Amino acid sequence: MDFGLTEEQTMLQDSVRRFLTDRCPLDVVRAVVAGDDAALRGLEDGLAELGIGPVLVPESAGGLGLGLLDAALVQQTLGEAVCPAPFTGQALLATLVIQTAASAAQADEWLPALVRGEMRCAIAATELAGAREAAAIYAPADCLDGKALFALDAEHATHVLVADVARRWYLVDLAAGGVRLNRLQTIDVTRSTVEVLLDKAPATPLVGARNHHAAGQQVLSAGRVLLAADSFGAASAMLAKAVDYAQSREQFGRVIASFQAVKHLCAEMAARLEPCRALLWYAAYAGQQQQDDAELMALLAKSHIDEVARFVARTATEVHGGMGFTDLLGLHYWFKRIGANRQLLGGPERLREAAAQLQGFAA
Amino acid sequence: MDLTYSAEHETFREEVRAFLESSVDLAPDPGDLDYKSPKRLSWQKLLIERGYAARTIPREYGGFGASPDLLKSQVLAEEFSRSPLPGGIAGQGISMLVPTLLELGTEAQKQRYVAATLSGEMVWCQGYSEPNSGSDLASLKTAAHIDGDDYVINGQKIWTSTAQHADMMFCLVRTEPDAPKHRGISYLLIPMDTPGIEVRPLMTMVGQSTFNEVFFTDVRVPRSQVVGAPGEGWKVANATLTHERGMLGDPDAALKRFNQIVDMMRSETLDGYALMQNPLLRDRLIRLQAEVHAMRFHGLRLTTQRLRGERPGVEGLIVKLQGCELNHQLAALALDVMGELGLLYDDDSGYLRDRGSWQFKYMFDLGLIIGGGTAQIQKNIIAERGLGMPREPKPARS
Repeated sequence: MDFGLTEEQTMLQDSVRRFLTDRCPLDVVRAVVAGDDAALRGLEDGLAELGIGPVLVPESAGGLGLGLLDAALVQQTLGEAVCPAPFTGQALLATLVIQTAASAAQADEWLPALVRGEMRCAIAATELAGAREAAAIYAPADCLDGKALFALDAEHATHVLVADVARRWYLVDLAAGGVRLNRLQTIDVTRSTVEVLLDKAPATPLVGARNHHAAGQQVLSAGRVLLAADSFGAASAMLAKAVDYAQSREQFGRVIASFQAVKHLCAEMAARLEPCRALLWYAAYAGQQQQDDAELMALLAKSHIDEVARFVARTATEVHGGMGFTDLLGLHYWFKRIGANRQLLGGPERLREAAAQLQGFAA
Repeated sequence: MDLTYSAEHETFREEVRAFLESSVDLAPDPGDLDYKSPKRLSWQKLLIERGYAARTIPREYGGFGASPDLLKSQVLAEEFSRSPLPGGIAGQGISMLVPTLLELGTEAQKQRYVAATLSGEMVWCQGYSEPNSGSDLASLKTAAHIDGDDYVINGQKIWTSTAQHADMMFCLVRTEPDAPKHRGISYLLIPMDTPGIEVRPLMTMVGQSTFNEVFFTDVRVPRSQVVGAPGEGWKVANATLTHERGMLGDPDAALKRFNQIVDMMRSETLDGYALMQNPLLRDRLIRLQAEVHAMRFHGLRLTTQRLRGERPGVEGLIVKLQGCELNHQLAALALDVMGELGLLYDDDSGYLRDRGSWQFKYMFDLGLIIGGGTAQIQKNIIAERGLGMPREPKPARS
């Protein structure tokens, strides 16, 4: 029994963290969200040089061959830096969809293309967790109709991976006809979401999954773990910023960090946040090992981290006082990222009800 | 990350499980409150013989004498919390005094007290808090001055659990009144039948005298009863406070509570429907389930850190705060599931559930949130030692 990270995992996380500290400071985030494409390309190229994009791709296909826990550790650091690169969908979830749903021949063709950056896939997975506005994808015959909302990471995408109402996955080439993407501008400008409109769009079905429901569920659970990791990272960063700020801001002739009212807010954040780390590690590991409790743990991890991260987001902002409310410090990027993660792939109430059903608690 | 246990540990788990399943008749009833009932003592003896209690304490001092194996301790904790049978005696004598004596006591003190304490024949109470020294424990005033070969003690302690049953007290007294407040304290072992000691029970909100006040009037104790050096009592006590804080946040106990509430929500009904059908109660249940697992995995993480010889950071400081609060919230949910029936307490109408233990837990846990370092003191510790925030400046003396 060893409940902790390996030395390699710690090194992986540290190297990504160092890269992001160096190459993704707040002014780069601001440039990217303001539409500076060169800044985004620079960030993407840097991540590619670092070689962490294909973290989940098997070594035989040119990747690192690591698991969901490693991916979650990377995602955590992206959350810490509110990194605006389209990584979660294009690098992590795209690999997972292909691994769980594509045939061996398809994977042999597509995974190396992902690694080389020739194929970049946005992910339309929202409806796996529940559809709003009658969003649904139907597959009449060799083509797709319908719409998907809040598809993730469409910047610089060449394709979109979409799931139909039967949870079967399809690869849609954005250069082919019949597909339109409409930007959905959310509070979280560090990541883009789009509406995917399909009208007799040519599509390649992924034909490897024996059980579409199970394959869809596995991707959904992994996505929830990754969003939880992102929120955990963002919340950890907010706590660190709050502690730093409190150590430097002086009122009544002393740093505000010496006031118990402020210290207790920070202690509460730390006390609620630290156990989330272990829950996240476990949920990611359970998904990686395809344990029986993987789905439950993904539900518990995301629902719980959603709640704790929301608490940290507002509390850390309060510790910053009026400055926390301004754009000057940019704290709101973290606040909003946490807010977006909470709703994507199911908010906490929905996830808890799903967890109750999964355990036979709810009728 | 590797969640599998070695064959040795799995075998050990099977062995513990089999023992618990076959020993129902040997274990004392959970309602048995007599500290020295024959069944309690024989159960304790059996547990030590099998290495399920006092596991790593040397045989010469009455323990089982196993070399430390954190994972076996982990397995034991897990299996006992899964079972309805009680574990070994867990009083302050065994959990706090024994580790202190083994670390800092003289050979004579170890010989005299450790084995008798482990067997359950010697019951201890802790004399730390005083009416005016709670969170600021080091300001304590109960005084002990030297007279010949003895200390003579005068003063008062409070919140002394089990004092009315205890044979002995481990106690903090001020031996050097002119030294700085942390330096003038000594750690004394006091027989409770010494003339001059008066124990007055303190009725609490749970309806029992779970605490006492203890008064000392010219109580004479030989100078050899000091543990560690005279004046070093604060350091000696801090060794045991660490043990207490770890003890109060047992994640396996929370899991046991959670499982009991799942059963309760399936069996208790309102208008003929199981309470599990109520979506709001169910939502609270799953909320707490996530926290229970988070604390369990957090505990595994801390165990691994210890196995690896790593020093925990802030994560090592939050267990008491979070664990006590979680247990309290679990008890609160159980009360709300039972509704009116959950109000029954000391009742023999036949409607009483689980002996009224949930009301007891709900109130007693609040005592635990306050005791052993209040939640507010815990937050100071987390902020100062864990996050590096500065201490509250001392007000200028007027």
